[in-house]
Amino acid sequence: MNNSILKNIIRFVGLVFIQVLILNNINFLGYINPYLYVLFILLYPFNGNQSIFLVLAFLLGFSIDLFEDSGGIHAAACTVIAFIRPNLLRFSFGISYDHQNLRLSTTPIGARLSYIFISILIHHFILFFLEMFSLSHIIIVLKKTLFSGIFSVIMIMLSLAVFSKKYR
Amino acid sequence: MQQIFNFLIRNKNNILFLFLLSLAVFFTIQTHSYHKSSFISSANSLTGGIYSWANDFDKYMHLDEYNKRLMEENKQLRNVLTNLNDTISVENYTDTSSFDGTYYFRTARVINNNYAKRNNFLTLNQGKEVGIKSEFGVITSKGVIGIIDRVNNRFSRVISILNSESRINAQLSKTNHFGSLIWNGKNPNIVQLIDVPRQAPVKEGDTIVTGGKSLIFPEGIPIGSIEDFKLDQSESYYTINVKLFNDMTNIGYVYVIENLEREEILELEEQEDEQ
Repeated sequence: MNNSILKNIIRFVGLVFIQVLILNNINFLGYINPYLYVLFILLYPFNGNQSIFLVLAFLLGFSIDLFEDSGGIHAAACTVIAFIRPNLLRFSFGISYDHQNLRLSTTPIGARLSYIFISILIHHFILFFLEMFSLSHIIIVLKKTLFSGIFSVIMIMLSLAVFSKKYR
Repeated sequence: MQQIFNFLIRNKNNILFLFLLSLAVFFTIQTHSYHKSSFISSANSLTGGIYSWANDFDKYMHLDEYNKRLMEENKQLRNVLTNLNDTISVENYTDTSSFDGTYYFRTARVINNNYAKRNNFLTLNQGKEVGIKSEFGVITSKGVIGIIDRVNNRFSRVISILNSESRINAQLSKTNHFGSLIWNGKNPNIVQLIDVPRQAPVKEGDTIVTGGKSLIFPEGIPIGSIEDFKLDQSESYYTINVKLFNDMTNIGYVYVIENLEREEILELEEQEDEQ
């Protein structure tokens, strides 16, 4: 139990630092950045306390916002995907996900990919929509969502593959 | 009563979610309204400290280029200086330059810079301790960067010209037709000059400089050159695409400009209003 809490704290701090110090400076082709820190929300124990999880997701987004001077856009996006995560899990892994001790690294690759991809797309869409804050920029929002989203999914799949032993 | 509590406990996650979401949206809206600036910004000691620590490393990677830029600027200033001495000794010195002690310059280093978002900010490693206040202008030797927005003791935050809230008074360098400089959020090298009257002789390649109507920047600080232009919908004003002289993605060291006469001018203008 303690081990799991410690692991989540380290993951939280580590991902925030990697995000603000390295990944936010990539700006591939001018505007494409991967948002790896969402990994914390994706990996948070599936049977954990939902209220604490919501607060943690908010704090995660909020700390990114602090560094980025972006108000509350990351916080909003994170809170939303944390809130709908149970539905996403049910959609991707079937109705019984909460009865068995499910681990992300042991799930079939297709289900895992759909879970990650849908979460990332929702997160990025809210993020970029709040950033632009106007309907007239909807094309840019969709473009950014798609390209950054693909980049993020690749980064997340890669880091899952590299660190998969730890989560088994 | 029992039922209310039951209801609250049953829906605690939904209520918590709505609360957190509205908090986040509130913060977002707050940053979208200019001057009612939020208390959340990268100019606080925690984020500022981390950024300045990380930037120490980055600084070394670009030393070469910063040196080159300084050499270039020194050369320019030396040229101006020698010519200035000549004019002083030959003629009676009548002041025409706008830099006669009205403005005070400070140096600072950019420790955090973003340019890929819609509303971009920079963080500088100097703050109140050296006398920086909000509404000071920020430039490099090549051109305008932005305007100071929030300050604490050791750090300050700059609203970049690549920000939807930024509106800087600018004019054509040849004639004095002016307009305001905005950014449409698409390309970090191109900004837009709007509200330039149709009579203005706009030509591709002409230089855009800061206008004299601003209390923040001295007149004539370079901004960029005209890339292309078109008339707006009313057909009476130009919208001009301006290619910046500065590479906004790589800035390094900047100058912070204080207008020493600003307070007096503002005071005077307020008095006029009262009468």
